[in-house]
Amino acid sequence: MLHVGVLALQGGVSEHLELLATLPQVQPIAIKKPKQLRGLDGLILPGGESTTIGKLLHEFELVEPILELAKLGIPLWGTCAGLILLAKQIVGESSNHLGLMDITVQRNAYGSQLASFITYENIVALSDPPIQLVFIRAPIITEYGSKVKPWIYVKDKLVAATQANILVTAFHPELTTDQRFHQYFIDMIKRN
Amino acid sequence: MSVNDQQYGLNKNLAQMLKGGVIMDVTTADEAKIAEEAGAVAVMALERVPSDIRKDGGVARMSDPKMIKEIVAAVSIPVMAKVRIGHYVEAQILEALGIDYIDESEVLTPADDEFHIDKHQFRIPFVCGAKNLGEALRRIGEGASMIRTKGEAGTGNVVEAVRHIRTVNSHIRRLTTLGSEELMTEAKNLQAPYDLVKYVAEHGKLSVVNFAAGGLATPADAALMMQLGCDGVFVGSGIFRSGNPAKRAKAIVQATTHFDDADIIARVSEDLGEPMSGLDISSIPTEQRLAERGW
Repeated sequence: MLHVGVLALQGGVSEHLELLATLPQVQPIAIKKPKQLRGLDGLILPGGESTTIGKLLHEFELVEPILELAKLGIPLWGTCAGLILLAKQIVGESSNHLGLMDITVQRNAYGSQLASFITYENIVALSDPPIQLVFIRAPIITEYGSKVKPWIYVKDKLVAATQANILVTAFHPELTTDQRFHQYFIDMIKRN
Repeated sequence: MSVNDQQYGLNKNLAQMLKGGVIMDVTTADEAKIAEEAGAVAVMALERVPSDIRKDGGVARMSDPKMIKEIVAAVSIPVMAKVRIGHYVEAQILEALGIDYIDESEVLTPADDEFHIDKHQFRIPFVCGAKNLGEALRRIGEGASMIRTKGEAGTGNVVEAVRHIRTVNSHIRRLTTLGSEELMTEAKNLQAPYDLVKYVAEHGKLSVVNFAAGGLATPADAALMMQLGCDGVFVGSGIFRSGNPAKRAKAIVQATTHFDDADIIARVSEDLGEPMSGLDISSIPTEQRLAERGW
């Protein structure tokens, strides 16, 4: 049984937990406290408001324990706000949150809610058919370092990438019923 | 899927991303920055907070677009703003301004005493207030992608918000116990669209996110509403009409996250200064109760 945490400070937490629960041999766990991070096989940082979640990470002393997890090589996956939390640089801001991934991100890169959109793409490394990608006030990756592997481009913008055991997606697989991204993350955990 | 169906799905999705968060009423760009710094997931831009609207009287309308634009420019979190019930031109203006969410709100003076806005005509999302399940489902039927309790805004008294969420929840529980042949009559009794009644009976919840609003003033109020099953909270006059807005705002955010941990709620509730002064609901004449607005 794999123990997969979902950071549960704010945002689209239940959606990840429910999708994880449909996968075999996966025990999803909502994480609010540092001690709950012990023994996890993987951790998802969900969508929500990155400024809110970032502040709560500091106020409830979760930053150091998550950095420790990363040092141990435990796979991490950030969706939307989670991507921003993991980034080393945030355009227009002087500080980062976890700073684990060598990427520069632009928050809310498409504009207000009226610019949120859905697209269907064929994704390398995921099986057919095209997969639904949901972008809600989404960020994009504007620059990345040499250790980062760019994965998915939409409208010429980089919206998914990996760096060793870290996966980031600017869109929200948890808002669909398609399990393929969650299975991809579980496979990352299994390979670990 | 039509473009509008797709946008409606995205609008419900944005509300899902606000779950577990606090949406704060702000009247200036400075207040908006304080709210963002305290950890608000969104701000509601309005000219007067509900307690001032209550005090000042007169007609309360949509805010000056200039002030809304200043708030949009000041923060990176989503910005919401209110329109009068039924005032679809105010809604057209807010859509043109490109804010993130419209609140068709009983806090402002209604512009139409029979009809709400046909929210399906818009791409921008709407949140609406409700006192009971029938009202919530009528608003969703009109195209609202998020619901909140009405409570009694501007009172600092949580009792009406508690009544409204309890009423909605008990209606939902009742629906889940009914046989399929009973649902049409139940839809008639609730004065709600049949397909939405059927959805609630099958899923045991609304088809959209449901927040608490109206009279919340303390971290404990926020945690109470979360324990009662709300997805998140709106705090209006409770923050910027209190003694120490920045500290209280942050404490309410923390209590909303850790709504089920009394030790944390106790810690963050310490030494917050004066809360806003409250109003006993029975002291407000029925015709001045905002929750009565909405049809």
